[in-house]
Amino acid sequence: MEIVKESDTHKKLQDYFRKSREKAGASRKTFLTKILGNNNLGDIFFERLTLLFAVLVFLLIIFMGWEMYSHSILSIRKFGWGFITSTTWDPYSQVFGALPMIYGTLVSSFLGLIIAVPLGIGVAIFLAELAPSWLEKPLSFLTELLAGIPSVIYGLWGIFVLVPWLRDTVEPFLQNEFPNSFLFQGAPYGFGMLAAAIILSIMVLPIISSISRDILKSVPNSQREAAYALGATKWEVTKIILSYAKSGLLGAVILGLGRAIGETMAVTMVIGNRPQISTSLLDPGYTMASLIANEFTEAASELYLNSLIELALVLFVITIIINIFARLLVWSTERKWKLSPI
Amino acid sequence: MEIIEQVKTESVPKNIPMDLGHVKISVQDLSAFFGKTKVIKNVSIDIPEKKVLAIIGPSGCGKSTFLRSINRMHEVARGTITGKIIIDDEDVMKIDPVYLRRKIGMVFQKPNPFPTMSVFNNVVAGLKLNGFRNRKALKEIVEKTLKQAALWDEVKDMLNKSGAALSGGQQQRLCIARTIAVNPEVILMDEPASALDPISTAKIEELIFELKKDYTIVIVTHNMQQAARVSDYTAFFYMGELVEFNDTKKMFTAPSKKQTEDYITGRFG
Ligand SMILES: Nc1ncnc2c1ncn2[C@@H]1O[C@H](COP(=O)(O)OP(=O)(O)OP(=O)(O)O)[C@@H](O)[C@H]1O
Ligand SMILES: [Mg+2]
Repeated sequence: MEIVKESDTHKKLQDYFRKSREKAGASRKTFLTKILGNNNLGDIFFERLTLLFAVLVFLLIIFMGWEMYSHSILSIRKFGWGFITSTTWDPYSQVFGALPMIYGTLVSSFLGLIIAVPLGIGVAIFLAELAPSWLEKPLSFLTELLAGIPSVIYGLWGIFVLVPWLRDTVEPFLQNEFPNSFLFQGAPYGFGMLAAAIILSIMVLPIISSISRDILKSVPNSQREAAYALGATKWEVTKIILSYAKSGLLGAVILGLGRAIGETMAVTMVIGNRPQISTSLLDPGYTMASLIANEFTEAASELYLNSLIELALVLFVITIIINIFARLLVWSTERKWKLSPI
Repeated sequence: MEIIEQVKTESVPKNIPMDLGHVKISVQDLSAFFGKTKVIKNVSIDIPEKKVLAIIGPSGCGKSTFLRSINRMHEVARGTITGKIIIDDEDVMKIDPVYLRRKIGMVFQKPNPFPTMSVFNNVVAGLKLNGFRNRKALKEIVEKTLKQAALWDEVKDMLNKSGAALSGGQQQRLCIARTIAVNPEVILMDEPASALDPISTAKIEELIFELKKDYTIVIVTHNMQQAARVSDYTAFFYMGELVEFNDTKKMFTAPSKKQTEDYITGRFG
């Protein structure tokens, strides 16, 4: 009895497969297949389409770079490499050197990361490994909420809360404690590199922590079990998990860095906007993004405008270099063990 | 007191009287829960020292959960237990789990070496956790344990490669080496050969045979032949209950329960 039933279903299935194969065969005769060649229309179409998108993105990047290059040709001819090595940015006498802005962008971003990375990864460890589940959901939500706040609001908070606090409390304290340190020279304005770094760290914290949390959560449970079963403490298990996840965590940090380098509004509101290089964290500085945003409407001469666009080009190239470098770094940590058969 | 409690519980199986020799672990009226679901129901069993106990039963009957409660790994999966598990006169719930798990090692169904560590460091991972750092001694231990795990010849030239660069069967033997390197007293194995080919399986079975000279072993398996080959005693679980606990030979020739017979002859499960 049962055997008959089974072979019935079997036959039906076979029929079904045969029919669907015939259908696919029929569609093969359409003219599109002739253009695209191969047998499976859907796959080929999908493959070509996605390839097209990928090429488009690549072309877009090349195109943007070329556009910026051609619109900054005046300043490129006039200043040459001096544009990125000179420290004078003086629109009045038409001298444009970008080094203070390059310095300000890199230093504020790195300082921001130095604060944000340990905090962000710490938050991620807490959320992914230690927090009880009733606490994890609301806390994750809150950290992600931080990422959605418009940067001008961070800027306002910076002006009205952070800067006065730095000026009246933190900076005098630092100068008292370390009177001879080159990091804390000059008048404590509040506005300056330190304020920018702190604002940036708060802004990239949610990016780093939420991505890191996802990465830690995606580490297979079997790794945790292996460590616990060997008699590892919670901290030791966490170390093993971190080392498993390190290339992903590195990726999270790079994304944070990208955000910090490009951030414009909040930084320009607190960094002091002075094109100078100073080792003191209390001194004002300037970043490429803020200078472009601030001065673009005032650029009266062709050379001025060209210099601003060249500055944008420099920012663009630096971002690309950092991203390539980061990719290589992530690959090199991955490559060591991703070849495994299981 | 305890004995009286034990007798009171209805579902304590009336075990066939056996001479178990020295009892290493005594499980008394163990129940395990995930949330409110009771997945182990009042199980009592004595685990003899330096013998192999096989646990069999259909999928989902609680074998893994039972095994994990012995070294408190159920806590990692947020399970809870009631009842008592006594190892060498100590209640496991009163021992620091970190210490307990160094005494009771565990091998999992899916090989789980640490991919970021070399083969060498995988073997000594547990020792390093204990703060053991003497390079020369570590080298000796690695060689000794890998030989014990029948893996040395295959990996002796690639000790610096990632632990994940081995084949599945080699990875599993690496995990066994990692477990015995810390010199535990008990080894729990949860279907250690289920993902392996017949040759690797045979190697692991030989290994278990060797290991029982020094270690108390509890092994969960779906493979009846395997249970019959490697174990001295067998426990049959069904729906969270211990149905029969018997000498392996008797279990597979003359089981005392109808359910056991049906299961091992493949009539259900
Ligand atoms: N982490 C968990 N959370 C909730 N329920 C669980 C968890 N782990 C196991 N269970 C439940 O406990 C019961 C017993 O599971 P267990 O893994 O012990 O079965 P098993 O006998 O090992 O099965 P298998 O042979 O398939 O490995 C199952 O019903 C399962 O759904
Ligand atoms: Mg199981």
